[in-house]
Amino acid sequence: MALLEVNDLRTSFRTDDGIVKAVDGISFSVDKGKTLGIVGESGCGKSVTCLSIMGLNNKQSAISSGEAVFKGEDLLTMSARRLRDLRGNDVAMIFQDPMTSLNPVHTIGKQLNEAVLLHRDVSKKEARARSLELLKAVGIPRADRRIDDYPHQFSGGMRQRVMIAMSLINEPDLLIADEPTTALDVTTQAQILNLMLKLQEEFNTAIIMITHDLGVVAEIADDVVVMYAGRVAEEGTVDEIFTRPHHPYTWGLLGSLPRLDADVERLVQIQGQPPSLLNPPRGCRFHPRCPYVMDVCKAEEPRLMPVSEQPQHLQACHLDEPTKDREVAKLLAGQLAEAG
Amino acid sequence: MFQYLIRRVLWAIVLFLAVTLVTYVIFFITPSDPARLAAGQGATPADVQKVADRLHLNEPVYEQYGRFLWELVGHQSLGTSFVNRQDVNDIVIRSAPVTASLVFGGAVLWLLISLPIGIISALKPRSLIDRAGMVFVLIGISAHPVWIGLILAYFIGFKLGWTPITGYSDFFNPTQEQGGPVQWFYHMILPWITFAILFAALYVRLIRANVMETMNEDYVRTARAKGAPEGQVIRSHVLRNSLLPVVTILGMDIGLALGGAIFTESIYSLPGLGRQVLVSYENFDLPVIQGIVVFSTLCIIVFNLIVDLLYAWIDPRIRLT
Repeated sequence: MALLEVNDLRTSFRTDDGIVKAVDGISFSVDKGKTLGIVGESGCGKSVTCLSIMGLNNKQSAISSGEAVFKGEDLLTMSARRLRDLRGNDVAMIFQDPMTSLNPVHTIGKQLNEAVLLHRDVSKKEARARSLELLKAVGIPRADRRIDDYPHQFSGGMRQRVMIAMSLINEPDLLIADEPTTALDVTTQAQILNLMLKLQEEFNTAIIMITHDLGVVAEIADDVVVMYAGRVAEEGTVDEIFTRPHHPYTWGLLGSLPRLDADVERLVQIQGQPPSLLNPPRGCRFHPRCPYVMDVCKAEEPRLMPVSEQPQHLQACHLDEPTKDREVAKLLAGQLAEAG
Repeated sequence: MFQYLIRRVLWAIVLFLAVTLVTYVIFFITPSDPARLAAGQGATPADVQKVADRLHLNEPVYEQYGRFLWELVGHQSLGTSFVNRQDVNDIVIRSAPVTASLVFGGAVLWLLISLPIGIISALKPRSLIDRAGMVFVLIGISAHPVWIGLILAYFIGFKLGWTPITGYSDFFNPTQEQGGPVQWFYHMILPWITFAILFAALYVRLIRANVMETMNEDYVRTARAKGAPEGQVIRSHVLRNSLLPVVTILGMDIGLALGGAIFTESIYSLPGLGRQVLVSYENFDLPVIQGIVVFSTLCIIVFNLIVDLLYAWIDPRIRLT
């Protein structure tokens, strides 16, 4: 059984302009110790999906339905108290911006200790020892002295290390990382990703990695969910998505990936803007931007169907399979030619 | 830290000079004849001339100002009143405790009102208590303290007879039969309420806005993601951050108000600095006005310093830079 199974998750927000369906029927599952990448453009519902699972959306404006079963319990319907017990203990989260995610008026030691003391019946001294251990594990130099420093005395990368330490301090089974490397520079990004992989091995933690960067996904994910406008466009293993992508949106994402091995004049971009979720397009939500658009796309919403010979590989597109295989072959050949 | 203090003190001196200078200039621009007022009715021109000489009123402004500074720095003296030859130091020392009672008591009251209302309405926006709080804010800001004071004095003091309507009763020295903490408190209730309502209204709005803003901070979400219960999130992560600006403004408001709460003191005939300024202004009694200006400038400077030190204590980012 999967560690986390999300079924038909929907989250909408009441706004002054109407109801925004930020997440509109998402399903996926994560196995113990595995990594799931969720990719998509800004505003496609990646973050809201994870905040919904954690119960961290603004309670006054957000409504969630569906289920998110974690170790046999539904996170969406359990009591607030039980959810608090799980948060930070069994399920932890890292956020995008390390500069603002730590409280500026408390030392990092105090913030780490808080995480331990909330879930473990230990003395302050033991909590501090545990915090120190984690700070060392995430590679903070001179951790025994830095533990009493304030967040503003750390660089962005170091703060993200502190956040990782804080999230792993109770050895959670699931770590949700919401664009953990987006706010960091490229060399720091690589360090943080490597650190996460190393710690994943050490603690056997499952990771949900939210990102808009397919490069990150290729590096660390086992499975991938491609989201578009609150829905799943395609989902499969990392191999399936990178070698036989089946949705024009995924092709667009792959085409816009900068490559070090190819001398490309200009990156291919997906035309147009992501749609407003207040009033999404009829039919396939990607159709206004899709170069392969057909009449059926404008009228009928494609269902998430398995790809032939790859039952785990799901895609939601009306295009027939031979055409897709031809287009994918062209796309991959083009990339190879550029690389060659 | 030491350097910072030196810089602050130098600034305080500059500020102080500027404020006293402006008071002098304004005084001499205003058409007035303090010598005639001091000499009293029926004084001959020769008498008035004599009084003017004795008060150095015939000297040029800069000499008078220089004399004032010299007296202040050399003898720590604010001079003597034009009108009744009283020592200005004594006048300030006599009036300041009255104003201080009003201001500090009022500050305690307005914080007692605004902290719970502000915090609760931020945590439950659009709830009944939030709406009621906003109505209170609107009334508190719109209603003039004089009006509030008169209404309170009429209904609670006069009609119901629950509290005295005017006057001050000393906290420490029971001179007549009245005096002592109980009478002091009894006499101050209405003035405190009158003085505090405007500030309470302003602070409810300030605290509400700050708490609401802080609730949306990423680190508050982090605290929730850690599994902290809501009470702990608010106590440990929201309040300390959101009350920082309140500390600053509180310090400035108290410093400012110590110069005299003119309206409240006038309504309840409290012999504080504000009423003293009013009386002295009617008599063109420059030394007394100047003395009170010096005193309130000092209050503002001292309270700003206290705020800065407090701030550094609360916010580590300031401490270390």
